[in-house]
Amino acid sequence: MAEIIERVTLTDTQKKRQRRRSMAIAFALGALVLIFYAITIVKMGPGVMNRPL
Amino acid sequence: MTLVDHADHAERKQALSAIATTKALSRADYGADFGGAEVRDYIALLKPRVMSLVIFTALVGLMVAPGHLHPLESLIAILCIAIGGGASGALNMWYDADIDAVMKRTANRPIPAGRITPGEALSFGLTLSVGSVLMLGLLVNWLAGGLLAFTIFFYAVVYTMWLKRRTPQNIVIGGAAGAFPPMIGWAAVTGTVSIESIVLFLIIFMWTPPHFWALALIKSDDYRAAKVPMLPVVAGEAVTRSQILIYSLLLAPIGVLPALLGFAGVTYGALSVALGLLFIGAALRVYTIREGSLARKSAGQMFGFSILYLFLLYATLLFERLAGLPALPSLL
Repeated sequence: MAEIIERVTLTDTQKKRQRRRSMAIAFALGALVLIFYAITIVKMGPGVMNRPL
Repeated sequence: MTLVDHADHAERKQALSAIATTKALSRADYGADFGGAEVRDYIALLKPRVMSLVIFTALVGLMVAPGHLHPLESLIAILCIAIGGGASGALNMWYDADIDAVMKRTANRPIPAGRITPGEALSFGLTLSVGSVLMLGLLVNWLAGGLLAFTIFFYAVVYTMWLKRRTPQNIVIGGAAGAFPPMIGWAAVTGTVSIESIVLFLIIFMWTPPHFWALALIKSDDYRAAKVPMLPVVAGEAVTRSQILIYSLLLAPIGVLPALLGFAGVTYGALSVALGLLFIGAALRVYTIREGSLARKSAGQMFGFSILYLFLLYATLLFERLAGLPALPSLL
């Protein structure tokens, strides 16, 4: 017997809101990347390049 | 029928009883609004107005502290403290959704209004809590990170889950959570907890009860309906007025301590004395005027002035540091 799967169909408004939430998450993740990059430079300074090749 | 269809507070409370027991509602409870949260609803979960006070007091703690912190580290410290404070607000709204639903002031918050599910709010709060603490610990220092973790725990567990619904002293002890941010800012710079940062903590700690009890005098019907044991509901208005006066008498000299301990200047010293006397004056008005619209008005004025009092004290500390004004010699 085939299993019945309940699906949710989002309305256009819900899709728009979902997209805005996704954009906000993307923005927050991008900001985190920038913060960690910048603080690494600040904390290590020129030492960030000082490693054996 | 969905949550948002319950216009009547009593009905909405009944519908939200699921939150109190299971902290979970079915998709059907939310109807068409399921998955319909705007970004601003998530921002509302962070209690932006409380967060602005957290940011301001943490900034003052960070700026007044002796020593140097790179501007980017300072910015990260403030960001983490703000997000940690917001996260505890989200956890508070998750736990308190049932009583928020019956109070007019809070009925339109994202969870009782049905725009965000309790589970979403809980995940959001926990993620931001862990993230902000780890980030502050890793990027600034672990004492500051540890203090932030304790602050979130204190607000979400000790105040929200334990004290708020059990004792009229909820505000007194729970107020400590709101008093930690300047101490965290101080610890971010110095890596220590010193007498100066304890004084910054004490000012907010002693300020919180008269501030919230003045509001509770005006909103006591709301708290009574939500069965939150605020002091005017449990002990009566007369006791509340006495307590406001007692805490104001204790707060005024504590407000002057930064000048006496030698980490604030003459401007702060003079202003803190004047504002302390005005604070006591406002408390005396609340204590003496007990009947009619004037009583309500004096409580409202007390509430408004208390916000101005704290803002001016902390703003003056910040101004003196930015302007390079010398601190008074320590008298204690």
